[in-house]
Amino acid sequence: MTTSAMALPARDVDTTTSAPPKDGSTRGGQNKAGWIFATPFLVLYLAFLIGPVLIGIVISLFNTTTVQSGLGSFVGLSNYADVLTSGDFWASMWHSVLFTLLTAPLLVLLPLVFAILASRMARAQWFYRLAFFAPYVVPSSAVCLIFAFMYTPETGLITNAFGWVGLTAPDFFGSTSGAWFAVVLLTVWWTFGFNFILYTAAIQEISEEVYEAAAIDGAGPWQQIKAITVPLLRPTMSLVLILTVLASLKVFDQIFILLAGGPNYSTRPVIQYIYDTGFTSYRGGYAAAATMVYFVTLVLVSVVWLLARRRFNTNPANA
Amino acid sequence: MTGLSRRQFLAAGGGLTVAGALSACGSPVVSSLTGAQPQTADVIYWHLFGGGDGANMATMVDQFQKSGTRSIESTLLSWGNPYYTKLSLSASSGRPPDVAIAHLSRLPLLAEAGLLEPIGDQFTEAGVTEDKFTPAAWEKATVGGTTYAVPLDTHPFVLFYNVAVAKKAGLLNEAGDNLKPIEGADQFLDAVKAMKDAAGGDFGAVASITADPSTCWRFFTMIYSGVAGPMVSDLGTKVTIDRGAMEETFAFMQELTQGQKLMPANSTATTSSTLFSQSRVGFLFDGVWQIPTYRDVEDLEFNVVPFPPLLGEKPAAYADSHALVLPTSSARSGTRTSDAVRFVKGLLDQSETWADGGHVPAWLPSQNSSEFKKMDPQSNYTEAAFNAVYDPAAWYTGAGSDFQVAMGSVIASVLTGGTDPKGGVENMTSSLEQFSTARPPV
Repeated sequence: MTTSAMALPARDVDTTTSAPPKDGSTRGGQNKAGWIFATPFLVLYLAFLIGPVLIGIVISLFNTTTVQSGLGSFVGLSNYADVLTSGDFWASMWHSVLFTLLTAPLLVLLPLVFAILASRMARAQWFYRLAFFAPYVVPSSAVCLIFAFMYTPETGLITNAFGWVGLTAPDFFGSTSGAWFAVVLLTVWWTFGFNFILYTAAIQEISEEVYEAAAIDGAGPWQQIKAITVPLLRPTMSLVLILTVLASLKVFDQIFILLAGGPNYSTRPVIQYIYDTGFTSYRGGYAAAATMVYFVTLVLVSVVWLLARRRFNTNPANA
Repeated sequence: MTGLSRRQFLAAGGGLTVAGALSACGSPVVSSLTGAQPQTADVIYWHLFGGGDGANMATMVDQFQKSGTRSIESTLLSWGNPYYTKLSLSASSGRPPDVAIAHLSRLPLLAEAGLLEPIGDQFTEAGVTEDKFTPAAWEKATVGGTTYAVPLDTHPFVLFYNVAVAKKAGLLNEAGDNLKPIEGADQFLDAVKAMKDAAGGDFGAVASITADPSTCWRFFTMIYSGVAGPMVSDLGTKVTIDRGAMEETFAFMQELTQGQKLMPANSTATTSSTLFSQSRVGFLFDGVWQIPTYRDVEDLEFNVVPFPPLLGEKPAAYADSHALVLPTSSARSGTRTSDAVRFVKGLLDQSETWADGGHVPAWLPSQNSSEFKKMDPQSNYTEAAFNAVYDPAAWYTGAGSDFQVAMGSVIASVLTGGTDPKGGVENMTSSLEQFSTARPPV
């Protein structure tokens, strides 16, 4: 499964996602120092990940509310039944999926193209890397405020830019399609840099000799990209794909800050639905049940990806 | 070895930080570590007023601080759901502000959840008593026999009319200072039609319908509550719709937008302010808080009056009220509580300033003052505050709630002709089911 050409980041994630159960149990018993060093992480992991998940499972079985202390009355699985039959919940699940479908292709392919182009720049590569990566470090609230300015009807920069090329800008806040356009454009600009950096790192991993050999054989730049760079980046692409899909399914900040899930909840993602029911409508138990359903969905997506990847990697054609 | 070792340096640095944080006793850092309430001022006050209301509120707070020795820390939070989320979570986690603004329509849940201090003896001693408030507002501030809020105002949904157009339409009384009495749906339709002819445009009246579910909800509830009681009871768990009255209400609304086409069915907030500002319609159906929007429009003389009774005998004014509440906090000292009471009283005493934003003061001493009575058009619709009908008491209703959005969407589809009145009743019932069958948090 480890091919020499595999890019570093891909290998990192691969071992963390698939290896720990096996490695941790055999090595952990023999090596106390290892456990001690891992303690700070494990404490945080238990306190902020495993703990809340367990608490979440418990309160999803109760009518817990966020305005009163205590668990409330035991209601069995009825919160789950309510979630699974709620039209609003499934609508918001669909919005998260739709957001993923809209952004993932752009966020997987565009950074690839630009990373390859940037890597072929003879001079000032650092500038291009910085320029593409810089937006990623801006906090979501700042990005959303800036874009909200630019999307303002009548006076906003982006609204006016449509006019310059003779188009009418969509109603970015008032119409569903306009709202999706607004949030997708923002997200692509904002998170583009992360995938770009992953690709750039992977490109740097590709040995110079391969290109040299290809050049000696008479391959031009386009042939080199097609026959060397892209195939050798395939593991990174699959990593970028799953990271992007998981990140997109978790979308919340942009849509919440820019649109508040509007107009009329037509862009509300599932996390905001959970937030709204849990905190705004105070129905903690119900929101916990919704979270569990969503959590299981994400786990399923990850498992499917892992299985697909394993098959892909054991396929002799790709070895 | 010269100087400090790395460890000594770090230890010294850490010690300094801790000492610095602790020495500033009562600083947010310490209070967040100990779970105490931050005490950066004598009274910590949260509100949700932006724009003109925000400026008026700032004036009132400044005035109170100047006239006394108490310091106020006033925080403006974003309006609607986010505000109530923050307010209730701060109270349930034990670190609320000392005084906060709340809409009376949002009170039932906050009160039932035990997040608010009852308005008790300290207020009585300060002279804040039931007999000094608009009865409808005080009644709404009372949940299960206990009063939990001090009403600051009533802001009803009212009828704006263009004076010049109304005069041309022959709708003004002899003195020319008000409309001739209108009684019942037919007379009202005639009046809107007369406005249409007089304005010479396509429409006689306008209300914001598209992407404005709250306005749709106010418009509907104003008419419906003339003939029927609250749509839900038992804190929202029981649906008590009067289907006949609801169908009649929808039919009347549709008559305005579809049947006689006296109102545009696809108007946004911009459409309605444009049409009314440019005298292209005679009537505007909106909340009193819009008065500042039109006050400075050139060549627009308008007046604001309560809606006449439409379907029922008695007039009903859909309204909400801003009120002052004291969120429950076990950590609040007696001194802070009495400062809070004093602050609430101080704001009530400046109700005339508050009335500038169009709100009817709930505080009768201000409402009856000559200063307020001279205010035009504010003093013309005081009556609406007495006929106020609020959102039905339920854990999910209230200003800016999902409930208003859901109901408003059904109403909008009736107004635009997408649904007939019968279908509107069905949609409203099934939409209401989703709320009434959800397990209530209190």
